[in-house]
Amino acid sequence: SSARPLQRLSIVLLRKVNVRDALNQAMDEELERDEKVFLLGEEVAQYDGAYKVSRGLWKKYGDKRIIDTPITEMGFAGIAVGAAFAGLRPICEFMTWNFSMQAIDQVINSAAKTYYMSAGAQPVPIVFRGPNGSSAGVAAQHSQCFAAWYGHCPGLKVVSPWNSEDARGLLKAAIRDNNPVVFLENELMYGVPFDLSEEVMHKDFVLPIGKAKVERQGTHITLVSHSRCVGFCLDAAAVLAKEGVECEVVNLRTIRPLDVETIEASVMKTGHLVTVEGGWPQYGVGAEICARIMEGPAFNYLDAPAVRVTGVDIPMPYAKILEDHSVPQIKDIIFTVKKVLNM
Amino acid sequence: RVLELTGCAASMVASSRSYADFTPEATFDIKKVDLHRLEEGPPLTATLTREEGLKYYRTMQTIRRMELKADQLYKQKIIRGFCHLYDGQEACAVGIEGGITLSDHLITAYRAHGYTLTRGGTVREIMAELTGRRGGIAKGKGGSMHMYTKNFYGGNGIVGAQVPLGAGVALACKYLGNDQLCVSLYGDGAANQGQIFETYNMSSLWKLPIIFICENNQYGMGTSVERSSASTEYYKRGDYIPGLRVDGMDVLCVREATKFAADHCRSGKGPILMELQTYRYHGHSMSDPGVSYRTREEIQEVRSKSDPISMLKDRMLSNNMASIEELKEIDIAVRKEIEDAAQFATTDPEPPLDDLCSHIFANDQPFEVRAATPWTKLTSTS
Repeated sequence: SSARPLQRLSIVLLRKVNVRDALNQAMDEELERDEKVFLLGEEVAQYDGAYKVSRGLWKKYGDKRIIDTPITEMGFAGIAVGAAFAGLRPICEFMTWNFSMQAIDQVINSAAKTYYMSAGAQPVPIVFRGPNGSSAGVAAQHSQCFAAWYGHCPGLKVVSPWNSEDARGLLKAAIRDNNPVVFLENELMYGVPFDLSEEVMHKDFVLPIGKAKVERQGTHITLVSHSRCVGFCLDAAAVLAKEGVECEVVNLRTIRPLDVETIEASVMKTGHLVTVEGGWPQYGVGAEICARIMEGPAFNYLDAPAVRVTGVDIPMPYAKILEDHSVPQIKDIIFTVKKVLNM
Repeated sequence: RVLELTGCAASMVASSRSYADFTPEATFDIKKVDLHRLEEGPPLTATLTREEGLKYYRTMQTIRRMELKADQLYKQKIIRGFCHLYDGQEACAVGIEGGITLSDHLITAYRAHGYTLTRGGTVREIMAELTGRRGGIAKGKGGSMHMYTKNFYGGNGIVGAQVPLGAGVALACKYLGNDQLCVSLYGDGAANQGQIFETYNMSSLWKLPIIFICENNQYGMGTSVERSSASTEYYKRGDYIPGLRVDGMDVLCVREATKFAADHCRSGKGPILMELQTYRYHGHSMSDPGVSYRTREEIQEVRSKSDPISMLKDRMLSNNMASIEELKEIDIAVRKEIEDAAQFATTDPEPPLDDLCSHIFANDQPFEVRAATPWTKLTSTS
């Protein structure tokens, strides 16, 4: 044909990656990049991970770098921290964060506080990771959310990814960080796929710890959330949009340090705030956000009190009907938004 | 006798005696070590050179005097909070260091001033840490229980937590293939902690180069070993881990046992456990007079019959390895070092308020730290 200029086609290549695989790939890449990185925890090696997050890693890296531990959390968390003292970069998996309570002294007193107590002589480059919060039918002892407990402590960074991009970028950042990072995953999100761009798939893609992301722009009300509840907020926002209410959805990504600036900027725009979390209400993440908004410049922009949507203040029951009513549902978010907007 | 009393004349006498008069080295019988799951133990004799002897004497005396000075300063309320003194146990810290090198690693609990010294800290920076000054080894941020040096990981306040930490350091040694080992210390009180048994298990499974050392000073705070432990044979508590029970008041016993244990570790055999039988003259801490759960007679008996510094001194004098004057000179020099350090520790300024929020995170950009009220702006620095 004739001399017509070639049309430039810009194709954004997207890959569907679920959260589990995003975490797996992040660990694989960081293990390859730095030989001081290693993974230890129960069933992480030969079983491929209790939730298959570490699938294939033992086969690739072997016994030295992927270590199966006995069921002794206090002991192996302490060993992980000691290894970090001596210059290695451990990833310590708790099969679920509920089991971290057995080891919490090592996370707080040995890991979080040491850099400070030593006046900077002893950094602790460790990542503690595992699934956090409620699952499905696992009952009271296996369903607690630890964002507020760990988020309370100076010296720790606490991260709570929602989607695959969060999981990948934040885990890589956490592993590269020279400080103790508590990495709170969510079991029910592991199997959920998300589109990831080439940029996100790059081996040096990291997300900044301590920076929230506005997932959906809106003008009428700000919804702030973390982890799985971000998805519920987006679902609620879609329903509310049909009634003309435009919600701005903020994905915290990090619990500590809290990106209060992003929340404030949003509240100063919308004048209304609802926080949404899976954890218990008392002394929780939402409570902290509301207190900070009260104390800061955004207060003067509020047209209604800031309100929290949370898990119900009970140990998690087993029966499905009870469990469903123990966690925030989309209808609870919609109901709350309408209350706050006086609709 | 008169010459002894007048230091000046004494030093004249000492300098008129040439060092060729002294025995350069002697071999001593040392107490047999009780063994657990070991066919052979450390040797029954130890060779001490004059140089080593003087070095051990000086270091033990320095620890002794430093701890006694800390006692004084605490009573004057210049040192605050917790202060757990090590006097009586000097042979442990000094003997252990004699069996390893500074490229090996060590971690202990809160009775840590002696180890901070043997691991390379100076009296000056230790005392200034106790008084909470900016010249302290942790810049005043840590205090008595949180002092660190190269390859020394404190100073740990939570009973037993340091033991798995030490195994983690040992894991790093094995991982990096550097032929180093980690000594992980705990007391008779900590010996019943579950996490220690968890650590025994993993260290043995993975053959970590770790020497577990139980400093058994007979009392966990106010509770005697008989009242806390169903089994007081702490050297056997590692079960499948070979163990040694050692006289912790004899620096040579401790040194030989440590050398033996270090060889065991470095040969790839995995962990080994040493129980050092020792004694603390002070109570558990400065808030414990230490006489409600033990008698003054008991303390006095240990002092007169088993004091580690006296034991070494007697050995050296009776074998003509040093003179009384020479040791006295060391005492005087030590006393001066402690006085100078105390002077520094009481006059150095406290840390600047800017340090309040420093060292929260490593390698980070400065960030805002919440103060006591919302209006005060504090910034952290790495």
